[in-house]
Amino acid sequence: MSVVDTGSGAGEPVSEDSVARPRRAVERLLAGNAWMVFAFLYLPILVLAVLSFNDNRVVGIWGGFTFRWYGEMFADRNVMGALRNSLYVAGISTVVSTALGTAAGISLERFRYRGQRAYDGLLYLPVIIPDVTMAVMLLLFFVQAFDLAGALFGIDARYGIGTISLSHIAFNISFVAVVVRARLAGLDGRLEEAAADLYASRWKAFRKVTLPLIAPGVAGGALLALTLSLDDVVITSFVAGPGSTTLPVYVFGLVRRGVTPLINAVSVLMLVASMMLVLVSLLVSRRQGE
Amino acid sequence: MATTLEPPTGEAAPPSAAPSQLGLERDAERAESRRGFLIGLPSLLYLVLFFAIPLGIVFVYSFGNRSRTGRTILGDWTLSSYERLFSSLVMQITGRSLGYAILTTVVCLLVGYPFAYYLATRPPKVRGILLVLVMIPFWSNLLVRTYAWRVILGSDGPLVQVLGAVGFTDVRLLFTPFATILGLIYGFLPFMILPLYASIERLDFSLVEAARDLYASGWEAFRRVTWPLSRPGVIAGSILVFIPSFGAYVIPEILGGSRTTMLGSYVVLQFLSARDQPFGAALSMAILAVMLASALLYFRSGAKDVG
Repeated sequence: MSVVDTGSGAGEPVSEDSVARPRRAVERLLAGNAWMVFAFLYLPILVLAVLSFNDNRVVGIWGGFTFRWYGEMFADRNVMGALRNSLYVAGISTVVSTALGTAAGISLERFRYRGQRAYDGLLYLPVIIPDVTMAVMLLLFFVQAFDLAGALFGIDARYGIGTISLSHIAFNISFVAVVVRARLAGLDGRLEEAAADLYASRWKAFRKVTLPLIAPGVAGGALLALTLSLDDVVITSFVAGPGSTTLPVYVFGLVRRGVTPLINAVSVLMLVASMMLVLVSLLVSRRQGE
Repeated sequence: MATTLEPPTGEAAPPSAAPSQLGLERDAERAESRRGFLIGLPSLLYLVLFFAIPLGIVFVYSFGNRSRTGRTILGDWTLSSYERLFSSLVMQITGRSLGYAILTTVVCLLVGYPFAYYLATRPPKVRGILLVLVMIPFWSNLLVRTYAWRVILGSDGPLVQVLGAVGFTDVRLLFTPFATILGLIYGFLPFMILPLYASIERLDFSLVEAARDLYASGWEAFRRVTWPLSRPGVIAGSILVFIPSFGAYVIPEILGGSRTTMLGSYVVLQFLSARDQPFGAALSMAILAVMLASALLYFRSGAKDVG
């Protein structure tokens, strides 16, 4: 409302000013909103980071600066074990889902065959399905699969790193495929045709022309898979066995019981790790832009 | 098939050479299709095994029976789990989840739209930096970001201390609907901003200028030009916020209390403590149905925009 008032109140030089003024006021409102959003996004993270150096067991009362909680974190066997599990699972699922997802992306974007639309739909479902539903699906699947494996082959299968990795691959394939497809769709298909015209074999054309061109997309997909795998709580907690919890699942268990300085330190560690991944992916996408 | 008798355009091969050449081309095309299918086959098999079949199993379980000890009995099929979806408790939790998700989506849109607009109208260099600042929370761990609010809103946290110093004592922020919705907004706001930014940035601003030249007021130009052109971003962002908010589990678990239980937590409860798998499976199918309906809405409207 005040926007309109200032515009008409100062209205003698009708020509430019009356138009420019409300615009400037709107501009100021937009800028104000933007700074508030940034504050909203970053203040909680900042508070957490500061409190992780707080030398007091009561998190809310400042007791001086210390590295103590970080020391305790690195000495904590549970935390380190969970971290190791997380890295295993993230490594395995990223490698496998990047290979499978890239192939799926190429297959759907560069070829035409029957049943492709159904495949397309199946590929998109894991992206939009809620975590909880997917967790339930995989839990019941493994229950049945273990029963079957026991009855048929006498195998005593257990929940653990294996089931977690299989589950993470199941949702990561789709994310990798989406990213790779976006990259492929933006590519000039004539480059591959030119390579074929110059008597390059299919494989050679793929390796020398297509692959380097989609490499940033593949790297972007891999980073996304890595991030999603390192972040997942719900699905992992459903398919993890005793002794195979990942870091987010372990932290989630602690968080539900309350706030402690140790969780603050672990949280900051996880945030720093994600931020480093963002930086890497930005470098990759910058290369993509060139 | 009938078209082979009468080639509709002039670009067909000369009639004399047609049969053999067409045959060869068709063979090559078929080989190409087969190759494409084979490249995609490993992922397809993986998704069938670890996604489609599990989905089918949940569907089957949702018709199962529960024994008194909590074991699931398959074979004695019943619709009782689906009937229970309409019980007053489930309706209440569903209504709450819907309400929270809609409120979250609306607030994200109201805050995110002007923000994305501001971002998209900055000079390219500034825009790049600001975009990175949005991407960082987008990629950061959701659990940890939610935990930060638990620290801030807690009874000995900074916010309550500040409020106490100003005179508001005995304020409880944590474990309230307010905390839960705040957490949802905080968690999913970047999902709204990024698609909005993408569609506003692509917008042809000379159209807005043309509207202004034709004496449209700023508001009119926005309503008639900017808003319709950015609609794909609005729809994509809304869906991307609504779906995870509706099925949220981690955020209400950390910031909410027993009176703010959302559907996601209620499903998990059926599996981890109530041991009622058929009912949990039926709930999952219901969530999936809501999710598919909203995704379909999105694709439908997206198709309309392209056309």
